[in-house]
Amino acid sequence: MSVPSSTRTRVFIVDDHGLFRAGVRAELGDQVDVIGEADDVEPAIAGITHSDPDVVLLDVHLPGGGGQAVVTALRATHPHVRFLALSASDAPEDVIAIIRAGARGYVTKTISGADLVDAVCRVAAGEAVFSSRLAGFVLDAFAALPADDQERPSFDSELDQLTPREREVLRLIARGFTYKEIARELFISAKTVESHVSSVLRKLQLSTRHQLTRWAAERRLS
Amino acid sequence: MGWMAEHTRAKRPRGSWRRFPERGLLGGVATGVSARTGIDITAVRTIFVVLALAGGFGIACYLIAWLLVPATGEHTNIGAKGLGDRTGMTVAAGLASVLIAVFVLLSLVGAGWIGSLAWSFVISTIAVVLIVRNAPQDEQMTLRRLADPLIGFTGDTRRSRVALRVLIAGVLLIAGVSTLLVGHTNTALLRPLAGVVLVLAAIVVVLGPWWLRAGRDLVAERQARVRAEERADMASRVHDSILQTLALIQRRATDPQQVIQLARAQERELRSWLFEERAPGSLATDTTFAAGVRLIQAEVEAHHGVTVEVVTVGDCAIDEHLESMLAAAREATVNAATWSGALVVSLYAEVEPAQVSLFVRDRGRGFDPAAVPTDRRGVSESIRARMIRHGGMATVRSVSSEGTEVSLSMPRAAGMLQVPAV
Repeated sequence: MSVPSSTRTRVFIVDDHGLFRAGVRAELGDQVDVIGEADDVEPAIAGITHSDPDVVLLDVHLPGGGGQAVVTALRATHPHVRFLALSASDAPEDVIAIIRAGARGYVTKTISGADLVDAVCRVAAGEAVFSSRLAGFVLDAFAALPADDQERPSFDSELDQLTPREREVLRLIARGFTYKEIARELFISAKTVESHVSSVLRKLQLSTRHQLTRWAAERRLS
Repeated sequence: MGWMAEHTRAKRPRGSWRRFPERGLLGGVATGVSARTGIDITAVRTIFVVLALAGGFGIACYLIAWLLVPATGEHTNIGAKGLGDRTGMTVAAGLASVLIAVFVLLSLVGAGWIGSLAWSFVISTIAVVLIVRNAPQDEQMTLRRLADPLIGFTGDTRRSRVALRVLIAGVLLIAGVSTLLVGHTNTALLRPLAGVVLVLAAIVVVLGPWWLRAGRDLVAERQARVRAEERADMASRVHDSILQTLALIQRRATDPQQVIQLARAQERELRSWLFEERAPGSLATDTTFAAGVRLIQAEVEAHHGVTVEVVTVGDCAIDEHLESMLAAAREATVNAATWSGALVVSLYAEVEPAQVSLFVRDRGRGFDPAAVPTDRRGVSESIRARMIRHGGMATVRSVSSEGTEVSLSMPRAAGMLQVPAV
């Protein structure tokens, strides 16, 4: 069931392994339009600027600075381009960093073809895509923040904490539930699940909390 | 009140007093009173004890009731039999007369207050003699069991030791009583106190071994329980390693190479368990919980050819409870890999300040937990019982053709509580 080319999501793949790019291309099949690919930061920025895709599938690790650099460079000039981080196994701080830079989600390379297509389409539609691993990372990052911090500035306090419901949703994602299953489990609509996830993503990106950065730094040291 | 009497009579047609020796602590008198009057058994017992403290009156009452009230299922009371027991009557009369003489002497010396104990003491002595001699077989057993540690007369108990104990007790008792007596006429306050101490010492000497034995029994019982738990732990380990491998071998019977490989691996594991005392699946002591979860991932991926996706949040050091939790998680993961048919098994572990949770999920065929034969001990023994033994909890949720999720949780020891690092 191929989708007519005019409405198909236009995807750009950035990964330093040619074999992997070919693999992803094959997995995506004709469900989306793969309009270009690149193997490092500089060619990626050039290629994305030129081809203006809907979604960029971005490897977390790239030789010339990592996927984070690509997001940072393009966020201001191409706000409509959405990034989905895709990687095999990474340190949580790198993944959190690329999300904080502006990526809309993170999936692991073990994801099935159908799930990848689904994730790409959802990112294109503006949703956030959390794999179980990302949910775990986020829970970990926020758990490391003390619940009652005296130094907490009052104006952005709700950005620094997850609500119990958000925590619950993240936990279920981490346990491997799909959004639909989470909705059934918590007696809410799938739409509400999605809004909780988006809200977590926003907090992750907007929190000015030094602790998030510090948490990442500490993780890197240990 | 008439209707009440009717009611009572209707409820207990004979209306007679009975003892319930098999339900009671001693002769079942209190139980009988409670059954007859409807007063709570504990209240009846308390009344007897309080009365016993009041000059031994309660003890005498109890013993007389024991003599006069027939036990359930008996037609005559012990007292009636006692009347026909000539030797018993003689012994009782002899003892009673000696006691009366002692009490008379004591009251002459000036301890008149002791005389208040005299009557209940004499009556109790007579009653005990008659009961011991004439009670039915099973009640005599009860008496002997109670008296035995007190006197130590069974079998080949070293009589010299018993005699020594009684002698020491006697000396202490005499010393105590005389100090008490002297103190009574004297104004010195410390002396009666010393007397009390000596009397207490006498009680300890006589009853000490009994208490010791009771204590030893408790310890022995606890050891038995510990042994039973160890056995159960070992059974689950055997199940996890050997039985699981045997199941795998059966499933891969067509592939001799694989079977040999599995058998070799199992043999190595078994040897290191038996001869190096390294339990199967046990971890180095310095590993953390998250590392343990990743070890499960590596093991199951290597042995069972499925992908295990692991997400961990937080981490902590391992103690024996968490090690058991990991063993249960491993079992659940192996189960999912072996039976669910799913290619991916998800493990999610979260360490919170108060507890550790772990979820094992597959999207396989699912099963009906109630339909699992009882000899399949995987879920019941290796997972649930193991978690419960260590103070945790395990629940299994399975929906046919949607998959299975095993949830484990274990409270963290208070000492391990730590504030998450900022």
